[in-house]
Amino acid sequence: MKTVTFTIDGKIVRADKGQTILKAAEAAGIYIPRLCACKDLVPHGSCRVCSVRVNGRIQASCVQTAAEGAIVESETDELREYRRNIIDMLFVEGNHFCMFCEKSGFCELQALAYRFGITAPKYRLLYPKRDIDLSHPEVYLDHNRCILCGRCVRASQDLDRKNVFQFVERGCRKRLQVNGEALSDTDLRAADQAVSACPVGALMRKRVGYAVPVGRRPYDEVPIGRDIEKKGEE
Amino acid sequence: MISTGSRHRKYTILPLTRVEGHGKVTIHMNGEGEVEQARLHIVEFRGFERFILGRPYWEIPVIVQRLCGICPVSHHLAAAKAMDRIVGGEHLTPTAEKIRRLMHYGQIFQSHALHFFHLSSPDFLFGTDGTAASAFEAPAEQRNILAVAARYPQLAVQGVMMRRYGQEIIRATAGKKIHGTGAVPGGVNKNLSLSERDVLLKEAERMLEWARGALRLARDFTMDHLAELIPFGSFDSNHLSLVRESDGALDLYDGVLRAVDKDGRKLVDDVNCQRYLEVVREEVRPWSYMKFPFLRELGPEQGWYRVGPLARMNTCSFIGTPEADAAHREFMELNQGRPNNVTMCYHWARMIELLHSIEAIRDLLDDPDLQGDDLVVSGPRREEAVGLLEAPRGTLFHHYRVNRNDEVTMCNLIVSTTSNNEPMNRAVTKVAKDHFTGRKEIPEGLLNHIEVAIRAYDPCLSCATHAVGGMPLAVELRDASGALVDRRVRDAV
Ligand code: SF4
Repeated sequence: MKTVTFTIDGKIVRADKGQTILKAAEAAGIYIPRLCACKDLVPHGSCRVCSVRVNGRIQASCVQTAAEGAIVESETDELREYRRNIIDMLFVEGNHFCMFCEKSGFCELQALAYRFGITAPKYRLLYPKRDIDLSHPEVYLDHNRCILCGRCVRASQDLDRKNVFQFVERGCRKRLQVNGEALSDTDLRAADQAVSACPVGALMRKRVGYAVPVGRRPYDEVPIGRDIEKKGEE
Repeated sequence: MISTGSRHRKYTILPLTRVEGHGKVTIHMNGEGEVEQARLHIVEFRGFERFILGRPYWEIPVIVQRLCGICPVSHHLAAAKAMDRIVGGEHLTPTAEKIRRLMHYGQIFQSHALHFFHLSSPDFLFGTDGTAASAFEAPAEQRNILAVAARYPQLAVQGVMMRRYGQEIIRATAGKKIHGTGAVPGGVNKNLSLSERDVLLKEAERMLEWARGALRLARDFTMDHLAELIPFGSFDSNHLSLVRESDGALDLYDGVLRAVDKDGRKLVDDVNCQRYLEVVREEVRPWSYMKFPFLRELGPEQGWYRVGPLARMNTCSFIGTPEADAAHREFMELNQGRPNNVTMCYHWARMIELLHSIEAIRDLLDDPDLQGDDLVVSGPRREEAVGLLEAPRGTLFHHYRVNRNDEVTMCNLIVSTTSNNEPMNRAVTKVAKDHFTGRKEIPEGLLNHIEVAIRAYDPCLSCATHAVGGMPLAVELRDASGALVDRRVRDAV
């Protein structure tokens, strides 16, 4: 297999030809924050949290393939601020009450906020009116916490070979819709990859709740991305 | 303010009614210039019962803690108890039941310690050492924790450490000092590790010793000032609480409802919590946002009751831990075994419970069940359930309906401060009648006296979270026609 060589923040990184910058960075122990990208799913570069500068131009590293000699910047003040703003906006766009959300400690959005030192919203909270769909016996969908990352849409289609979710409308009216009147009309099952693909507390298995005590949840001790960075230190 | 013109009547909302966190009291005089009635106006936030509608039931024990920053654990546990029944898991495993009890006693211990140290000890200390002429008229500059810390540094340290100890228990059982997740429907999500236990056990004897000291202080203060304390803000009333089902012992976590009248006659006994609506009702009055609960059989006029430490001393047959039981017997001797109706005796009663909770904590910590792994049970689902608990300030009622989709469709809560609404109004009325009848203006001392009367109940009002002597209060005097005669406002210190 052919390889290409490029740099991220001055560090030399080797990538398989055709590999994305995000994946190559990960293999080299460099963590680039991301939300809509997820292992086993085709990337679609929508959340822009993984933005980097490639030879001076801003690109989503989850879809941009690594090119020979490319100069990639990731951990710059400018890009950190840029990512931070995106995360800030995701919070105010929905209704995120982390203090009682059962995804707390498991949630990638919350973990990113901690990583970026976000403790209070920077923008005005929009408090949109959103629904919660509890019709399904095993799974529920809380639109209040949906960040429109599309992970469930892709996982349902590509991994579960179903078509439970889709986006409707555009721009600020864009929202997630299920293939039916309500979740109970769909063929979604709790074990579907679509359910575990949700990075936030939008699509959740029912009656699990707070089974894991505070202090023992994945992000209580280890910040998001630390596992990847550790590989680089070894 | 109301001004009556030829055709118009002008209403202006006084700024103070908009000042959040002020306790507001109006004193109404009759034509002879005597105090007719005093009213404590409490703005209670009921929106909460609406807010949780439509949410999945397992979230509720965690969400409801946000209802109150003062005793979140009580709401957490009361809601969890209701949800236990929803999932058919009301018969908890020994580990789950004991972890929850430990959490609850930890909460009682820290809440009572806080009240004792921040709110009542200045009165106890400076009222008894001869620096003040009267029990609760120590000079204002002494009536705060800083003065206690300066004069009795050891005691100040004890107060802080006792509170911290209670919070550590909460952290060990709920995962966090405030707003943890420990109680889940049908059980708990963690046990107590041996290392967590050992840390707590190491301090238990010291806490017990300090609790004994706090109780001594409260008892001695009461006994030394009996003549002055007995009438202060006092009145006869009914008393209500949970008691242990089998033998009527004090039980802060679980039990059946019992209510006694002023003489100790049982008005309600052995009533299962699920049937609380058969014995308790709530009345709405046009001048208050807060409802007035009463015993159904007696009606709103006669059926109102007190809850909290004083009520619990009066309802329970005995206390299941030896030192607190001895203290309870001594307490009951004050009125020859009949209920104690003295408002200021709430403090003494509270310290008996402080001692009881640390005795119970110490005993529990020795129990190997706390290290068990069997944490959660479930059974046939139910659609409706009630969870009751004795919170630090009194009986707490949580009532829910949950549909088949797991959505909460109905929620009714009666918090202890609501049950004590009528009693606090009576206490304030009594103080006003005894001390201020016939006056045209409100003397500064009135605010202090009103504060002392309200404080005895340790209400969970934002105004009551300020240090002693610093409760933000607004008192209005109104004549027989309702016109404002005088007004005095004290901001938070
Ligand atoms: S989904 Fe994540 S960010 Fe949103 S409320 Fe839950 S924990 Fe917080």
